[in-house]
Amino acid sequence: MTQIVTRRELVLAFIIVAMVLLIGVRAPVFLSFDNLRFVVTDTSVLIMMALAQMTVILTRGIDLSVAANLALTGMLVALLSRALPGLPIPVVMLVALLIGAGLGLVNGLLIAGLGIPPIVVTLGTLAIYRGAIFIVAGGAWLTSKDMTEAFLAFPKAEFLGLSSLTWVALVVTIGFYVFMTLTRTGRGLYAVGGNPVAARYCGVSLRLSQVLVYTLAGTISGLAGYLWVARFGIAYADIGIGYELTVIASCVIGGVSIAGGIGSVIGTVLGALFLGVVANALPLINISPFWQMAISGAVILAAVIVNTRSEWKPQKLILHEARRAAAGGQK
Amino acid sequence: MADTTDDQPGARAEAEPILRLSGVSKRFPGVKALEGMRLDLYAGHTTALVGENGAGKSTLVKILTGIYTPDTGSLVVDGVERTIHSPRDAWADGITAIHQEPVMFDELSVAENIFMGHMPVDRRGLIDWSSMIARTTELLERIEADFAAKTQLKRLGVAQKHMVEIARALSHDARIVIMDEPTAALSAREIDDLFRIVADLKRQGRAILFISHKFDEIFRVADRWTCLRDGCLVGEGLIAETTEDELVKLMVGRSIDQVFPKREVAIGEPVLEVAGLSNATEYADISFTLHKGEILGFYGLVGAGRSETMQGLMGISPPTRGTIRINGHEARIAAPADAIDAGIAYVPEDRQIQGAVTALGIRENMSLASLAKTANKTGFVAYAAELARTRDLGSKLAVKAAHWDQKLMELSGGNQQKVVIAKWLATKPQILILDEPTKGIDIGSKAAVHAIMADLAAEGLGIILVSSELPEVMGMSDRIVVMAEGRMVRVFDRAGATPEKIVSVATGGMA
Ligand SMILES: Nc1ncnc2c1ncn2[C@@H]1O[C@H](COP(=O)(O)OP(=O)(O)OP(=O)(O)O)[C@@H](O)[C@H]1O
Ligand SMILES: [Mg+2]
Repeated sequence: MTQIVTRRELVLAFIIVAMVLLIGVRAPVFLSFDNLRFVVTDTSVLIMMALAQMTVILTRGIDLSVAANLALTGMLVALLSRALPGLPIPVVMLVALLIGAGLGLVNGLLIAGLGIPPIVVTLGTLAIYRGAIFIVAGGAWLTSKDMTEAFLAFPKAEFLGLSSLTWVALVVTIGFYVFMTLTRTGRGLYAVGGNPVAARYCGVSLRLSQVLVYTLAGTISGLAGYLWVARFGIAYADIGIGYELTVIASCVIGGVSIAGGIGSVIGTVLGALFLGVVANALPLINISPFWQMAISGAVILAAVIVNTRSEWKPQKLILHEARRAAAGGQK
Repeated sequence: MADTTDDQPGARAEAEPILRLSGVSKRFPGVKALEGMRLDLYAGHTTALVGENGAGKSTLVKILTGIYTPDTGSLVVDGVERTIHSPRDAWADGITAIHQEPVMFDELSVAENIFMGHMPVDRRGLIDWSSMIARTTELLERIEADFAAKTQLKRLGVAQKHMVEIARALSHDARIVIMDEPTAALSAREIDDLFRIVADLKRQGRAILFISHKFDEIFRVADRWTCLRDGCLVGEGLIAETTEDELVKLMVGRSIDQVFPKREVAIGEPVLEVAGLSNATEYADISFTLHKGEILGFYGLVGAGRSETMQGLMGISPPTRGTIRINGHEARIAAPADAIDAGIAYVPEDRQIQGAVTALGIRENMSLASLAKTANKTGFVAYAAELARTRDLGSKLAVKAAHWDQKLMELSGGNQQKVVIAKWLATKPQILILDEPTKGIDIGSKAAVHAIMADLAAEGLGIILVSSELPEVMGMSDRIVVMAEGRMVRVFDRAGATPEKIVSVATGGMA
């Protein structure tokens, strides 16, 4: 908390910038303002989802159901807006948030209440939510023809030169930053993940934290569900399939420790941006999207190796000279 | 608060207790940890709670701080009946504790560690970082700690982390302060600091519950005592009216011979020769020779670099210069596995973190380091042999458990320590490094650990004993290395060592 950005995050930011520039050499169009704006817009949903996932991983958990939640909520609000075309968009978004929160709360209650491991619970709800999409829509696909103009317009709107998606991601990011650094509950998540027994001695409850983070992850997934369906103008049972892995990968690349207790908002945003740049650049420089998986995989491994190295025990300052040198260096 | 300020604790000796716990029972599967326990605490008084490992002391602390709910019993604070269901309830009743288990968050700053669960917030409900840092700095000054509020906890040494725990307890400004073995990781100077704090608290009219296995401390700091045996109250009274022998007899049920079992052993060939060992920031120019059958003591203030030096020998915090020779041959030690291959065993200082697998049982933990020896030719572990060994060492050290497969996390703090020590004693290495081996261990088992050390030395092992307990270092060692600020300042012979000289050298005096 004492440092706003860690060295690790600076390195990651540097790698992203270097990557963008290198790609720009091969394909100058990549560096155009319009394209960069598009890349950020395209990554907005990933950023939001990764931030929510980060809070889950901080508590030593994992939420595999986020993409299924996204798809189910997306389908439900699409159905809703088809049934009630007059519904104002803020209401639609509110409904998406609530449905998502409810689906996330189910995870949280099962994990905190029954003590079932998060990976098992969310693997189960993943399948249930995916199945539910099929059931609520009767197996049908909803396309832009089934959606109202207003429903489709929001993600495409622009304010002050930035897309609404970018704005939403920005607001969510600031919200998470304030939550994680300036609230007791946010700091408590680090305690719960870092040392659950000690957290209990400080009156910070693991169970309450779990209910909170899974609900939060669900809420963000719900919002993302509306944005996704409206942006692409399509809803069906398989949208965003496997997307939870991209979300988790963003966290890992951004320095969130799967063992819990370590992770930052800035790192996670950078992790998502990294994957967003890779996904958007590869087609431009004629690399098959199939390579994309392999590349993200390699990057995740590299990130994990960097993390374990940086988690090495730092040397203590005991020798007189070493202390003097450290004190001098700080001035 | 003003009305409780009282400069003459004596005047209140027979006053009403500020806290009265009575009829408290708590059972765990297979054990009754407490049975009809009673405890009174008085404003301006320090009450020592004594009892063997597993007697139920920490269980009592956890009941008072809302971690455990008792099966039966009542709690009266300031004449009002209370129930405590969570640490927050305890804080609200003015009760705060330094727990025996480390309450530490390595990734967070010192300030966050101290204020976790009760960080100051501003009007908008957001954490007020500047006031939190300021209050932390104030607390750190009060306990004379030498690190900053924003330091990440993982940069601190064991004793410094303990100072953080003390600061946390003080941060609540509570009327009742509980300290469960607060000095276990501290050396003479920090203990003096702690006792100064205790005296301050007493002067302010707070009640203190002090738990320790070290009788010199109890007699220095406490006004009253309460003794527990197997979860039951066996006696209470004024410290001024009792003796150490009486307390020991009461808590153990027999008397214990407290003479150090040091034996005259023929000192053999050098087994470990260290020359000029240094790394960048932790230790420099460490040179010594350890012989077969010798016990070499390492004394110093906490943070003097003793543990780091040993970790250097083990390849955990590898040296950048210097040589290590084992049995006359130069050894290359780049990682702990090299050291273990070379016949060095190391019992680390913070055993709860480095030494124990708390989710495994006692038997598995004890044989972890010596698996190669208990496994038979087919590679399977010989269960009967393993159990026999566990039983043998376990009863020698008086490990108190419901059964030998009980999970370590269900044992009392001291009993966990015993299991980890037993684990390394079972490996029978050439060189054994013991870092604070009797920390948190009760008086009877301490004697057992010392006896085992003497036996191993007699068998020709070279033993390095790192300890902050001066009587232990002096009682057990053939020679004593004193370290300060990462360097060796002097080596004493058994004959030439006196407590005054050693402490003065360790604190930077020129003896
Ligand atoms: N969570 C638990 N589950 C099962 N048994 C437990 C648990 N906690 C404590 N016990 C048992 O309760 C008894 C009392 O333990 P406690 O920790 O109170 O001892 P203690 O007096 O603090 O000992 P020490 O001096 O070693 O710290 C022990 O026999 C211990 O094994
Ligand atoms: Mg205890």
